[in-house]
Amino acid sequence: MSTLLRGQTAIVGIGQAGIGEAPGYSAMELLGQAALAAIADAGLALADIDGLFTATSSHAFPTLSVAEYLGLRPSFFDGTNVGGASFEMHLLQAALALQAGLCNAALICYGSNQRSAGGRLVSMSEPQWHEQPYRPRHPITGYALAASRHMHQYGTTRAMLAEVAVAARQWANLNPDAFAHGPLSVDDVLASRMVSDPLSRADCCLVTDGGAACVMVRAERARDLPAPPVYFLGAAGAQWHRSIVAMPDLTVTAAAESGPRALAMAGVGLADLDLVMLYDAFTINTLLFLEDLGFCPKGEGGRFVQGGRIAPGGALAVNTNGGGLSCVHPGMYGLFLILEAVTQLRGAAGARQLAKAEVALVHGNGGTLSSQVTAVLGSAAAH
Amino acid sequence: MTAMHPQGVGPQATYEAFLREGRFMLQRSRATGRHVFYPRVLVPGSGEADLEWVPASGLGTLYAITVDHAREGDRNIILVQLDEGPRMMACLVDCLAAPIGTRLKAEVQVLGEHPAVVFRCLGEVQP
Repeated sequence: MSTLLRGQTAIVGIGQAGIGEAPGYSAMELLGQAALAAIADAGLALADIDGLFTATSSHAFPTLSVAEYLGLRPSFFDGTNVGGASFEMHLLQAALALQAGLCNAALICYGSNQRSAGGRLVSMSEPQWHEQPYRPRHPITGYALAASRHMHQYGTTRAMLAEVAVAARQWANLNPDAFAHGPLSVDDVLASRMVSDPLSRADCCLVTDGGAACVMVRAERARDLPAPPVYFLGAAGAQWHRSIVAMPDLTVTAAAESGPRALAMAGVGLADLDLVMLYDAFTINTLLFLEDLGFCPKGEGGRFVQGGRIAPGGALAVNTNGGGLSCVHPGMYGLFLILEAVTQLRGAAGARQLAKAEVALVHGNGGTLSSQVTAVLGSAAAH
Repeated sequence: MTAMHPQGVGPQATYEAFLREGRFMLQRSRATGRHVFYPRVLVPGSGEADLEWVPASGLGTLYAITVDHAREGDRNIILVQLDEGPRMMACLVDCLAAPIGTRLKAEVQVLGEHPAVVFRCLGEVQP
């Protein structure tokens, strides 16, 4: 199974638009600009796109709306929506469709104007009837509950969570595209306004605008295109619950299943990874995913990140763009993880470029720790 | 004691009808004895459809808690591990916060416009 997909397809174009604030632009307009940028980066024309993979926070039928807007008649399309991890799943769907010959040039795209349109997280996620009487705030309540449990069970502290935000900001300070710049200390995070115990404002991702897109083709075609190909090595999704009440153990996510499956498909181990992109909607996410993906034992995530281990210069490069916490988070962030991994694997990340960047793990999360999709990407050296 | 559910109404509506009578009822599989919450037409995962309604003991343990700080004021949202096995979302009505592991007792109260299961602390805290 794994050898059927490993290295058979590659990302050959990336594009983004309106990162941060883009007042006056609609979600679809930002998506359209990002798509054009990605297609141009790939050295292709819009008319070459015959596979469409998209999900947004504002379109009930995303492939219909996007295909109409762009003027595409795709031979294959998939609008899987599992929240922020949708785009990691789209990578897998696109790899499958390309390899099966169902399409020849796949566009994965997203756009949101939620900062300019109101400054609140926009979500089409419907309330769960058995939760509704208690008015949980979607999605922070679920993450705060998980953080409370992790602190209780493993002695994780708010200062440990704060280290995640501090590391993200230090990476963001090296990224001119990041929305949040400037110094941020553990004490700053601890002094930040409490939103939902134990998560303060500084433990929460940004609410920004932004569009993102990437283009995938089969590997043999990728070699003829202008950008250095970033190969799809593996991907896997896992989902164990929808609402937080149904999460089997609030300290263990389905990343514990998706990660090993994706790595097995890719034929790489944790020690082979040069970059780890983790969906940090909240600081607790990074700890949970580091544990569940196997970088440290369960419960040790808080202690693992202490001392700047995931910050610039640390032993493990995590979220080098600044993450959802300090770079960009327009509602569904998953595609931006992929864009940063491609940028690093191309060696085009400027001041934040890693000395060695051949294999990257990208981990998407959606809902309330609900959907977990892990993908592994590699440069030509890893192919 | 078992109770029949109203004819022609699904598990969600049945549960809500019990709540309107001030009763907190749970589903239980006759064959396996396993309790199910939230109410469904089957035991998730194994698929038994032999669910009957039984009164909840009302006893549970605080599994996770957050205090939400909104403009309209502070309030808690909790997850309770019911003694019968399932977990549910709820709130504490006699305090703003309590330690995880606190033993809890359920009651039915009107929240907003509809009756819902809420909890009070019993004082005892389990490790």
